Amino acid sequence: MTEEMIIAGFGGQGVLSMGKILAYSGIMEDKEVTWFPSYGPEMRGGTANVTVIVSDTRISSPILQEFDTAIILNQQSMDKFEKAVKPGGTLLYDPNGVINPPTRTDINIFKVEATKTAVEMGNPKVFNMIVFGSYLKVRPILSLDNVEKGLEKSLPERYHKLIPLNLEAIKKGQEIVDDVQLV
Amino acid sequence: MGELRLMKGNEVLAEAAIRCGCDGYFGYPITPQSEVMETLMARQPWNETGMTVLQAESEVASINMVYGAAATGKKVMTSSSSPGISLMAEGISYIAGAELPCLIVNVQRGGPGLGTIQPSQADYFQSVKGGGHGDYKMIVLAPASVQEMNDFVDLGFELAFKYRNPAMILADGAIGQMMEKVELADQKQRWTKEEILEMSSDWATTGKTANRKKNIVTSLEMDSDKMEENNRRFQEKYRKMEEEEVRYEAIQCDDAEFVIVAFGTSARVCQKAVEIARAKGLKVGLLRPITLFPFPKKAIQELARKAKGFLSVEMSAGQMVEDIKLSVYEAGSNARVNYFGRMGGLIPTPDEVVEALEEKFSWELSYGVKRSY
Repeated sequence: MTEEMIIAGFGGQGVLSMGKILAYSGIMEDKEVTWFPSYGPEMRGGTANVTVIVSDTRISSPILQEFDTAIILNQQSMDKFEKAVKPGGTLLYDPNGVINPPTRTDINIFKVEATKTAVEMGNPKVFNMIVFGSYLKVRPILSLDNVEKGLEKSLPERYHKLIPLNLEAIKKGQEIVDDVQLV
Repeated sequence: MGELRLMKGNEVLAEAAIRCGCDGYFGYPITPQSEVMETLMARQPWNETGMTVLQAESEVASINMVYGAAATGKKVMTSSSSPGISLMAEGISYIAGAELPCLIVNVQRGGPGLGTIQPSQADYFQSVKGGGHGDYKMIVLAPASVQEMNDFVDLGFELAFKYRNPAMILADGAIGQMMEKVELADQKQRWTKEEILEMSSDWATTGKTANRKKNIVTSLEMDSDKMEENNRRFQEKYRKMEEEEVRYEAIQCDDAEFVIVAFGTSARVCQKAVEIARAKGLKVGLLRPITLFPFPKKAIQELARKAKGFLSVEMSAGQMVEDIKLSVYEAGSNARVNYFGRMGGLIPTPDEVVEALEEKFSWELSYGVKRSY
């Protein structure tokens, strides 16, 4: 199993930390992992993206043109990465901030109202964990047990009290993800 | 098994330095390697192991602090990125001339000048051919993963002390910023005063006692005959490194008609390029130099007996390709040597590498034989 994915959105949406939690969960599942961020001036207020690779075997290139999965959280990223999903791959997006929904018919498209749900849950900060939950639903490459361990590892101890809230958001994300396959 | 963590290449450099019993780090911040000192300052190793961490006023100061501390037989290091390493060049030459062990890390960014903060490998020449003035060499290790960033700290110190010579880890911004699973080593004790005396009292400034000769640490020798003698001794040392310290990894090279040669981040990209090329039915292998000096010349010459061509893939305008050409031509092989790369902070993609391979060796691919000149 090798999952090559890109998570892309605005800086501040929790793109990089979602990738980090995913990668740490992968380690807990005894996988090889690589987390490769865009770094530089574009991070500050602009778009941010991170490539995450989870694999049973040694990982080769962190630089990729095509992805098994793309998680897309704003329009700029949709313009850039919709075309980079491998045929038969998965695209997951939040319609909030995406004006032009994806149009490809050769990939699996899922929609998650994460921004809206986070506000309903009364905590916009769990937005990225809702998206993460939806991802785990459509690409069940990691067990929830290991995700919980991954959260423990990647969050500083002073934030461990927030783990139940994050897990709740992950479960919520698993419930609300919407299959919007185009024919 | 050691502790498993998800860490950035830069963070792991700091952690590995503490754990291998490093005595001192002297540095000055620069993107994309600032996390090295950030991590050290956050970890506060002076409380735990007694390691000194000091932010100097400049790179020139850092390398001269390394020079001074290394002269006492201590395990010391610095790190920077390309423009900062240029500033250190004078000090590195002095350290090599004074025959002192130390570890220098260059997390390269695109140049020339201030250039960009994105990754690059354009300091290859600077690292393996000198950089500073005079006939000196450094042992240059090129990590291709976060795990190797960890492992090469200890290895770098080991080689530096074995040869009493500066060793360099030549990484790039991608490996510095990338997080991967890393298995950390257990904490080693820093050397005690007695241990340092035992190992280094014949050259280090450990404090002269009545029954030992005076140790003078300097690169200056006004008598040219003696200076030539010094140079001969240095060269002998470098030849011994070439004999004993070459490290490389060969991936699918056994039946390879075309060999991609790449190090560091480029090697990771090329590993995928090999997979893609193999899936297309092309017999392609990857030779990954781990030591850039000493260069794996014999391994290349061995492959040149069968291979039709070599492709050097670099994040530079083509620097290592010259060393591949020298190796291949010295062996009397007529295998063609080509280069492909990106510059200015860009990283080639695996598909670009395969395309370049097919284009540059289109003659060999069409006729199935070596092209004669």
